[in-house]
Amino acid sequence: MVTLSKITKTYSKGTVTAVTDVSFSVKAGELFGLIGPDGAGKSSIFRILTTLLLPDSGKATVAGHDVITGYRQIRSQVGYMPGRFSLYPDLTVEENIQFFATVFNSSITENYHLIEDIYVQLEPFKKRRAGKLSGGMKQKLALCCALIHKPTVLFLNEPTTGVDPVSRKEFWEMLRRLKTQGITVLVSTPYMDEAALCDRIALIQHGNLLAIDSPDGIVNAYPGTLYAVKADDMPRVMQVLAAHEPRFTSYIFGEYIHVDTYNGNTPDLPGELKDLLTKSGFNDIEVKPITPTIEDCFIKMLTT
Amino acid sequence: MTSLEPVIKTEKLTKRFGDFIATNEITFEVYKGEIFGFLGANGAGKTTAMRMLCGLSRPTSGKATVAGFDVYRQTEQIKRHIGYMSQKFSLYEDLTVLENIRFFGGIYGLNNQQLRVKSDGLIERLGLQSEAKKLVGDLPLGWKQKLAFSVSILHEPDIVFLDEPTGGVDPVTRRQFWAMIYEAASRGITLFVTTHYMDEAEYCHRISIMVDGRIEALGTPAGLKTKLKEPSMDGVFYQLARGAKRGDS
Repeated sequence: MVTLSKITKTYSKGTVTAVTDVSFSVKAGELFGLIGPDGAGKSSIFRILTTLLLPDSGKATVAGHDVITGYRQIRSQVGYMPGRFSLYPDLTVEENIQFFATVFNSSITENYHLIEDIYVQLEPFKKRRAGKLSGGMKQKLALCCALIHKPTVLFLNEPTTGVDPVSRKEFWEMLRRLKTQGITVLVSTPYMDEAALCDRIALIQHGNLLAIDSPDGIVNAYPGTLYAVKADDMPRVMQVLAAHEPRFTSYIFGEYIHVDTYNGNTPDLPGELKDLLTKSGFNDIEVKPITPTIEDCFIKMLTT
Repeated sequence: MTSLEPVIKTEKLTKRFGDFIATNEITFEVYKGEIFGFLGANGAGKTTAMRMLCGLSRPTSGKATVAGFDVYRQTEQIKRHIGYMSQKFSLYEDLTVLENIRFFGGIYGLNNQQLRVKSDGLIERLGLQSEAKKLVGDLPLGWKQKLAFSVSILHEPDIVFLDEPTGGVDPVTRRQFWAMIYEAASRGITLFVTTHYMDEAEYCHRISIMVDGRIEALGTPAGLKTKLKEPSMDGVFYQLARGAKRGDS
């Protein structure tokens, strides 16, 4: 449904490279996540696919149309929710949806089923101007406006940035429901924990793809075993472990410190860690093997 | 690290906008050198509370002191004794690194002599020597955030307010940022932090969770997990914030 082949994009007369030789494809009906920090190139890729930006080189198609020669067809078929709030603040909730439906020669009633469960939450505010809505409501309205013409592919650029964990979870539940309606969804996010909710993800940093796979596939491809370590006085545990790099690498992760062997030069890492922490005088020492998260995999790819 | 000397002290601090009670009788203390996580769903009233504590918004009722100054009568003194940094607003993109340091240092009341010494020291510590004359807009986000944080504590405030300081930053840089937070706390600076990353809640000495304008829970991360019988901070947050009636999202 979406293909990219060796897409490169530079800015400032070629001095700043935003996207380097990126290739991937998204299947029809897939919920695909582009995961990476700010500045990784996510927005450039979204803007190229929505025909708002020309790539320097490479080829990309959306719903079978080329992003350069077929931009008119693409624009009538995709829905796009940009990272920044881009609706009309002076129009009411109802007027905004009406406006976007009309632009695409559609009407609210024609595709109401697509937005119904989101719109019921907005309905009490339908006469309110969009600019006066709270952040979460703006986000829901933007999603309705991107859906109202029944797009074949929906592009959501960082829809959950700055949104609290409970509301983020609700938003992802809405996306899962859209998937059941057969809409292909491309979503970008800087939150690694959201990656697990996608069918497949691409990890991206500095314009380069680090990996593309299902979330499970990425986790299963983690080389070696990762350990979680805990003891009393965690700040000092951090210091003790850091002093032993590069025998192993360590970084804080919630209430634990995650430790991994460096280049496999510690055959018995858990034994060595317990010894080290005991000798350093810690109590309540816990060392256990864990299943890496997507964030662990990302850190591993950034640091090796 | 932390001592029991309160740097922020509030008692039934309340802010109403017409019929709407944005912040509803919140009472808490934050101590010197403490890393205090101020959590809550969007619309729970965090921003309003922070604006009152920074001396930017006059409370409707209740009491509060920040760095020993009253939030009703001594707002100018408060502003001189605090630092502030957020993801949305931190530095001027079209000023250079050095210009930003001098500008904000000046605003925070440092004189020319102090500014020279402090800006040289800061640039060296951050390893930004070759970037000093570059526009901040050209720096990677991670660097911007580290620089913004350093600038917000350049005048050695009693307390610094960090509003989602790590949003959008890559996981490695995010952890480097927290190392800087720990370092500041070890020098006796109090850190008042909001975040939507629940793993970061674990890095705070104590956290509070606001729901619908009230502080619903306050304690150490381990204490809250035990009290609410949840294995993770994620669970603690869901359990409390899921019941929110109002909201922004």
